[in-house]
Amino acid sequence: MKVDKVREPLFSARNRKLLTAPLNKDNPITIQVLGICSALAVTAKLEPAFVMAVSVVAVVAASNLIVSLLRNTIPPRIRIIVELVIIASLVILVDQILKAYVYDVSKQLSVFVGLIITNCIVMGRLEAFAMQNKPWPSLLDGIGNGVGYGIILIVVAFFRELFGSGTLYGVTIIPASFYEAGYANNGFMILPPMALIIVGIIIWVQRAKNPDLVDKS
Amino acid sequence: MFSNSYIFKYAGIMVILVAAILSAAALLLQPAQQRNVKVEKIQDILKSANIESTTANAEKVYDEHIVREIVINQEGEEIGVYEDGQFTKGDIRAFEIDLRGQLKIKQQAIQGKTNLKPVFPLFVAVVGTDTLYIIPLEGTGLWGPVWGNMALKSDLKTIEGVTFDHKGETPGLGAEISLPVFEDQFPGKQILSDEGEFTSILVVKGGVANSNIDPAHGVDAISGGTITSDGVSNMIQNNLSNYITYIKNRRK
Repeated sequence: MKVDKVREPLFSARNRKLLTAPLNKDNPITIQVLGICSALAVTAKLEPAFVMAVSVVAVVAASNLIVSLLRNTIPPRIRIIVELVIIASLVILVDQILKAYVYDVSKQLSVFVGLIITNCIVMGRLEAFAMQNKPWPSLLDGIGNGVGYGIILIVVAFFRELFGSGTLYGVTIIPASFYEAGYANNGFMILPPMALIIVGIIIWVQRAKNPDLVDKS
Repeated sequence: MFSNSYIFKYAGIMVILVAAILSAAALLLQPAQQRNVKVEKIQDILKSANIESTTANAEKVYDEHIVREIVINQEGEEIGVYEDGQFTKGDIRAFEIDLRGQLKIKQQAIQGKTNLKPVFPLFVAVVGTDTLYIIPLEGTGLWGPVWGNMALKSDLKTIEGVTFDHKGETPGLGAEISLPVFEDQFPGKQILSDEGEFTSILVVKGGVANSNIDPAHGVDAISGGTITSDGVSNMIQNNLSNYITYIKNRRK
């Protein structure tokens, strides 16, 4: 007897939503408010923010995929330990690769690569999604959430680097004539509190555009 | 449900597997990582002497310009000389000396805790027709280590250039020591007085112009980065003092 199983297309509407929802209405930073600490630390310049974003995408996607593949074998009683071991190993791998191939950036990121281990986004996605879903949707969910986190990082870094250092990706943007006319880089932008304020402004703009995100009460 | 023995086996296999993967990755990536550390050290040395280099050609530029690596002891004697890829004296290469370790030995020797004698590295560079002497520096800032290199002109007195770097000083404050705005104050300053006595270069809080320090021997500190600035000042003083006997002997 043959059972006809309708295979879900790779990029069905449901799967596409897994990728796109975290970019806006389910953003890990602005809606779920996860992973804030690293968002403060690595966003003074665009380059480290970009590398951090790529690293987090790689770690969330790979750990989501691995946990999803193993989900039926993982004993529930030690599942958090198993998840942590998987995340930690992936992060160490990323750290080693950065040290070998983008040494300058790895120096700037210093401890924050290691701190991806404690980034709540990674653990949150494993617990909330990968443990219950098949590998392919889990991979998409991981990429979506990683990118959703990365976008906010890059937007924050854009403003902090532009106004804090007058450069973008290390290239001077603000012309010298501005400085001669009395313009000065805002040192406050480089300090961590400014990242929080920018994240706050992003949340405000996002909710103003999507009224359904605002709590009814 | 999963039995206890399954859980133990699962955890055991997982740990062994992960350990194997990570060790393999560490071994595979180690050569590239060590090269990065070496290239960075080379580029720092070259930068203090205002020699341009990229990560790709750093080693080649180093071989072209750094004609001699000298190791000196506290009595100012050369105990190791390495030139043209071979030792002409002793068997210690200046490039391979762990300066931070040597400074610790120096400290311990003063307190009588060790009988070891510290040795210090010195690099001789030829740029065009000039001979420059490059002294590596190691010290402590506010949050962690700071380090750098100082290139002296052939009179062993006037500074040609400096570089500073740090592990994690505060961005916008102490971290400014590694920016041109701070480093560019150094060229032309003198580490010896006109009489040939050691004065070091002081990093002056509030600015050299507002102090009674000779502008030839001082630079402006960084506002809001006092402890880092003091750290740099102490680092220069502490490291240069090891070379003074040698410098005085050479200047005679």
